[in-house]
Amino acid sequence: MSTTATSPVPGPGKSGQGKSGQATPQPDTNHKPAQSGKPVTWKLPVTLAVLAVVAFIFFGLLGPQGSAKFGVSSGGDFFQLPAIEVPAFLSGIVLSVILLVLAGYALALKANRNRRPPRWLPAVFTVIFVVAFLIWVVGGARTPSISLAGLIAGSVTLAVPIVFGSLSGVLCERAGVVNIAIEGQLLGGAFTAALVASLTHNPYAGLLAAAVAGALVSMVLALFSIKYVVNQIIVGVVLNVLVSGLTGFLFSTVMQSDKAKYNSPGRLPIIDIPVLSGIPVIGPILFKQSVVGYLMYVAVIVIWIGLFKTKWGLRVRAVGEHPQAADTLGIKVNATRFWNVTLGGAVAGIGGSFFTLVAIDSFTKEISGGRGFIALAAMILGRWNPIGAFFAALLFGFADNLQSIVTIIGTPVPSQFMAMLPYVVTVFAVAGLVGRSRPPAADGIPYVKG
Amino acid sequence: MLRPYVPSGPRDSDTSRLVRVLKLELKGITKRFGSLVANDHIDVVVEPGQIHCLLGENGAGKSTLMNVLYGLYEPTEGEILVDGKPVTFRGPGDAMAAGIGMVHQHFMLIPVFTVAENVALGAETTKAGGFLNLDDTRRKIKEISDRYGFDVDPDALIEDLPVGVQQRVEIIKALVRDAKVLILDEPTAVLTPQDTEELLDIMRQLKSHGTSIVFISHKLREVKAVSDTITVIRRGKVVGTASPSSSTTELASMMVGRAVNLTLDKAPANPQERTFQVKDLTVIAPSGQHVVDNISFDIARGEILAIAGVQGNGQTELTEAILGLQDRVHGSILLDDEELVGRSVKDVLNAGVGFVPEDRSLDGLIGTFSIAENLILDRYDQAPFASGISMNPAKVLENAKTRIDEFDVRTPSGSLAAGTLSGGNQQKVVMARELSRPLRLFIASQPTRGVDVGSIEFLHKRIVAERDHGTPVMIVSTELDEVMELADRIAVLYKGKLVGIVPAGTGRDVLGLMMAGLSPESAHADTATKNQATTPADGRATAARPVQESTSGAAGANAVGENND
Repeated sequence: MSTTATSPVPGPGKSGQGKSGQATPQPDTNHKPAQSGKPVTWKLPVTLAVLAVVAFIFFGLLGPQGSAKFGVSSGGDFFQLPAIEVPAFLSGIVLSVILLVLAGYALALKANRNRRPPRWLPAVFTVIFVVAFLIWVVGGARTPSISLAGLIAGSVTLAVPIVFGSLSGVLCERAGVVNIAIEGQLLGGAFTAALVASLTHNPYAGLLAAAVAGALVSMVLALFSIKYVVNQIIVGVVLNVLVSGLTGFLFSTVMQSDKAKYNSPGRLPIIDIPVLSGIPVIGPILFKQSVVGYLMYVAVIVIWIGLFKTKWGLRVRAVGEHPQAADTLGIKVNATRFWNVTLGGAVAGIGGSFFTLVAIDSFTKEISGGRGFIALAAMILGRWNPIGAFFAALLFGFADNLQSIVTIIGTPVPSQFMAMLPYVVTVFAVAGLVGRSRPPAADGIPYVKG
Repeated sequence: MLRPYVPSGPRDSDTSRLVRVLKLELKGITKRFGSLVANDHIDVVVEPGQIHCLLGENGAGKSTLMNVLYGLYEPTEGEILVDGKPVTFRGPGDAMAAGIGMVHQHFMLIPVFTVAENVALGAETTKAGGFLNLDDTRRKIKEISDRYGFDVDPDALIEDLPVGVQQRVEIIKALVRDAKVLILDEPTAVLTPQDTEELLDIMRQLKSHGTSIVFISHKLREVKAVSDTITVIRRGKVVGTASPSSSTTELASMMVGRAVNLTLDKAPANPQERTFQVKDLTVIAPSGQHVVDNISFDIARGEILAIAGVQGNGQTELTEAILGLQDRVHGSILLDDEELVGRSVKDVLNAGVGFVPEDRSLDGLIGTFSIAENLILDRYDQAPFASGISMNPAKVLENAKTRIDEFDVRTPSGSLAAGTLSGGNQQKVVMARELSRPLRLFIASQPTRGVDVGSIEFLHKRIVAERDHGTPVMIVSTELDEVMELADRIAVLYKGKLVGIVPAGTGRDVLGLMMAGLSPESAHADTATKNQATTPADGRATAARPVQESTSGAAGANAVGENND
């Protein structure tokens, strides 16, 4: 079935009118559809309503009676803030009622005026929901107290490889190549970092090698998907399996044979910026990181500026949106794509080094544990935007971290349920509930001249 | 590199400025794709400051030639000369550097970029460190916009702009790159008649500013209106040059290679009872938009109703709704008092509806299937082609033979893949299939799009024959010429609404205004006043013409002051 004729309705437009000296009857200018572009659906309001009701029942009515205590400062801070203690039941009721009001507002907007809720609404809703959830979890725990600073710092730490992975995805897909191989790039980076750092006794050499390894994995993807026009998803999946098998094999044959020689990379030091790192909550996140952690912030900002403010970025985006148009303007489509995919691989490779040079100082099989796929979801949730992807990755890191903390403090919620959370969030994210997410138009479509 | 020199072409008074004007020569250009010769030793000389038209049918090789000139294809043989010097274009970049710009038939604009970003792309001005300097681009757009009266907002998103404005952005793109020769590939295909007139005026303005234009078209009226020289191309070869004063019939026969009868001989309609009725039909797109908005009409037996309108105003959805291809349809569609809404496509076809879809390669044919198989796609499961679960290939081939003869499909055999046929012959196959069973309604969408003139004649005759046979016929066409030729009544769609139904013989200008959303009454009134204002000597009464002349005068005055670097 053809659906070619739905979009732009060509009319007389601005031409003809206004220039005419005579009083021409205006050809139908008031017919400007209010819902230009994407339709307003019930999806978002209904989802919000369901979540709000769930929150009201569980966090509110069935909420714990005790209080929840959140530590804000950690021992090393240069000034101390008192811990926040809130009554769990009362705050559960209050917050879930706010959620119900927000959801009701969204429903009313759709029902009465057929409009989508304002942009801030889903964001505010999410934040309140998460806070209510936290209070509920902590309030019901055996030791109803957690360190907020620790929770957030841990989230950032867990998010680092996901951020790098999603940046890799952004770089590739903005140029029009689907990168399913992020997992393989992370794993390749992790393995190579461990091996090279062990052999050279220099973790920085490992870091560099990880970038090269990620780039090499990516070049295979680029070569097959761009030059030989193989289905990009298939190449990506095959690469993941290949890297997983290869590193697994080398791990058990080479690394295990002499662990001291081949698999003791040593860690990258944590660089503590004096004074600044003592700021409560945000200090440790921003100013007490390894090189990889700092590189993450730099990469997010540099890639964002690069994509949206520079000539390079304009061309990359053009290639991902309408390669033929780019070609007619003298831009080399496939070369641009090739180098972008390669660069993406290098970025993911650096992310992979986090596993073996920062988190743990050795390589094990499948050490990336599916974070490459979560990174893919973060990229979509972040709408193919480096900064969006960064925050989406943080969300996943948060869910991941919450799970381990909750297990420690002992809540009635089964830890398996907590372990599910990142994936539930992923499903919602990929289903596009969170808002308009439009991939680059030529994403995944090979460009063949002629 | 190119040396600037004083223009030799027709110019306005201001000759003190040094303007680069190119003379472009194509010598013996041959382009082969495998065994197919798309261009066969083509020689064309584009004189500076001229509008040079390449006239030819669809598939004659015009676009291939221009893609060669623009560096998108490498010629198999032959050379391109710019100001007498041979050049080789390895890509569009080289062509642009030499001063050649191209506006493609399908716009090469990125919908999610702004006008400024699109214009900047590939020729970006940057600040230190590779940062984009879009302000510079905005200034250039403003400058060109002012000079030609374009009225283009540099910060508008392309996807929000009407097609006519998008086309101007394409022209700006070329001008920003300092194009001295502008290639326009079938530029009027997507425009309303009014937009077309404005484009022709823009072309005249560009010419007066010293830009040469290569105008690719198969529409004789436009070609005659604007060209200085006409080169006619047929089957990849130059068959001659003509002057714009040649008659339409002369040009058409040069283009087709034999005498053609451009006017269809058709007896007056003999409408009988109105057996097909559409009542309050609304079709809702997945986007929630009412793409067909509460329209009602009917068609009598023995009558052709043509649905006119610019592409994308609900025609596709209307035909698909009748066929049962649309999901959210409200209202009623009655064929001999039988309700068609809510029925399956198969039911609708079996009720006696013949349907020629607008895109034959996408919806009309299966390219990899044989012609014979394509001819029975709608009846593969019925006798005599099938019995039980088995098919009867002999009957299928026999049927193919009959249809191929009857519809003059030019093919050595019915067992060839349908995709190998030319556009015209493919369309004949679709038409043959749909007309080969007794019909109670015949719908043809874009029946002759991309079809050679010879086949057009044939297809039109078949459509009229079906009408005379007593079938209600509905034609959907964005080609006003076709609508005016075939229709007994004309319905105009605009943004999903029925603007009005007017009798055949309604003027082109009135229809044009209706296609822009004006009701038939105000369209009539408007054109009546215009006709009084313009001198009929021009022969073309249009809304934009007199105004455009005054703007071009103003633009010329502007141009004196600005420096051209």
